Amino acid sequence: MSLLSVRGLKVAYGGIEAVRGIDLDVEAGELVALIGANGAGKTTTLKALAGMLRPAAGTVRYADSDITGVASHRLIRQGVALVPEGRGVFARLTVQENLQMGAYIRDDRPAIAQDLDKVFGLFPRLHERRAQVAGTLSGGEQQMLAIGRAMMSRPKLLLLDEPSMGLAPLMVQKIFEVVHSIAAQGVTILLVEQNALLALEAASRGYVMESGAITLSDSAPALLASPQVRQAYLGE
Amino acid sequence: MDIFLQQIINGLTLGSVYAIVALGYTMVYGIVQLINFAHGEVVMIGAMVALWVISSLAGGAMPPVVIVLAGILCAIPVCMAVGYTMERVAYRPLRSAPRLAPLITAIGISIILQHVAMLVWSRNPLPFPQILANPIFEIAGATISAVQIAIIVLSLLMMGGLTLLVYRTKLGVAMRATSENPQVAGLMGIDINRVISMTFIIGAGLGAMAGVMVGTYYGQAHYTMGALLGLKAFCAAVLGGIGNLAGAMLGGMLLGVVEALGTGYIGEITDLCHVSGISTALAERCAEDGHMVVFGSNYQDVFAFIVLILVLVFRPSGLLGERVSDRA
Repeated sequence: MSLLSVRGLKVAYGGIEAVRGIDLDVEAGELVALIGANGAGKTTTLKALAGMLRPAAGTVRYADSDITGVASHRLIRQGVALVPEGRGVFARLTVQENLQMGAYIRDDRPAIAQDLDKVFGLFPRLHERRAQVAGTLSGGEQQMLAIGRAMMSRPKLLLLDEPSMGLAPLMVQKIFEVVHSIAAQGVTILLVEQNALLALEAASRGYVMESGAITLSDSAPALLASPQVRQAYLGE
Repeated sequence: MDIFLQQIINGLTLGSVYAIVALGYTMVYGIVQLINFAHGEVVMIGAMVALWVISSLAGGAMPPVVIVLAGILCAIPVCMAVGYTMERVAYRPLRSAPRLAPLITAIGISIILQHVAMLVWSRNPLPFPQILANPIFEIAGATISAVQIAIIVLSLLMMGGLTLLVYRTKLGVAMRATSENPQVAGLMGIDINRVISMTFIIGAGLGAMAGVMVGTYYGQAHYTMGALLGLKAFCAAVLGGIGNLAGAMLGGMLLGVVEALGTGYIGEITDLCHVSGISTALAERCAEDGHMVVFGSNYQDVFAFIVLILVLVFRPSGLLGERVSDRA
């Protein structure tokens, strides 16, 4: 049984269907990439999975229970965390307060303090800037903060939306190193990316999304080798 | 008597009340970007409920302080219930509607509450029972009454308490996060509906206290008393920077002082006899009466709106309203 299993998911904005009935599975411990062009419906899919949007149809099962249409503030308590597109850090809260927001659902203070140290260990830059308001951070630092904040909830399933967006190559590399190390800790990850090469190199499996539908799904190496993917997403 | 000091004292008293009411506006605005124009009516209901309880109990065996306390303790939950209900019933269904819709609804709620209050408590100004001893103290040529001291002290305590709540508690953090980005706050596990309800409830609780204070200060309550008070407090919130808690406190206090000083000096400043030389007719009048005042202290209510206009023209974000860019 998959940790996350999506069947026939449809999401619409007003009358316009952005996601048109997709199936998707993520096994526990896997890192799965969902790639596709801008506007393919990737972010909409993640938002629906995280409870930010109500699906128009279909079912979402997570850890053996039906979570279709469950609101995000409940899902996080079951271990589903989303790092939203554009990071969504609280610009007027300090770095440390942002991280504490990530642990909002938890009450185990000593363990929260431990996890805070862990995040600071992972991102020493955040430690340096812990008293600064998050709005003053660079884009890369904000992305670190958003990921660190999501980790503070101790998620079982981490949904990452475009972590590389708008970042310098060095920073992208750093972020992906962190994604690897999070995956190595046993956190299941569904990664949405426009940077198909990076995403497929990190993932074990991948889905390709086009205009609201999944058009390809295979192991990451197979997708990387597929002429269709190479032509459309790797610029060959 | 020192007019300047006296007006400062009066201004701080009134300003404390404005600040407490302005907090209700600014908290709600900070979280849902709605100017809750019905907030003044919540203040009025607070005054009315307290008045009703205090007059019913007055003359009994209870000591006056206990009676006033009972009035406050009844007014607060009633106002909280009103605040909660108006959000739940009127504003929540409109949360994703264009912003004009909840704004007009707020004005509607305000009218409804006023007229319900008129039906319940009559259309006449009601005397607010003055059962507490109100000794008057003299300082440096001005006077301050025990009620004034109580109003200022209680207001400062409430402001301090609210600041602690917002900056030191989990609910406060949730409120700040929700005000900045409700969707992401939801991702953190914050139940936004609960936070919004709590914001209305806390604001209404403060409004109840303001109602009791202003009723006690002026010695009367009327079903329309919330309208002008609410508008002035709204001006105070805008002056401080709407959505900003410290701004509401500062704006309230400043507005109170500006209003008091303006009222205290407008007669003297607009006395045409200062320039009696410009016309012989004027000089004659001045020789007779000594004064030819254009605007008297009955123009008291104009200052808040002059301040509002000046703020909107010269500093629309308010004194403390400098926001960090919301975008990354």
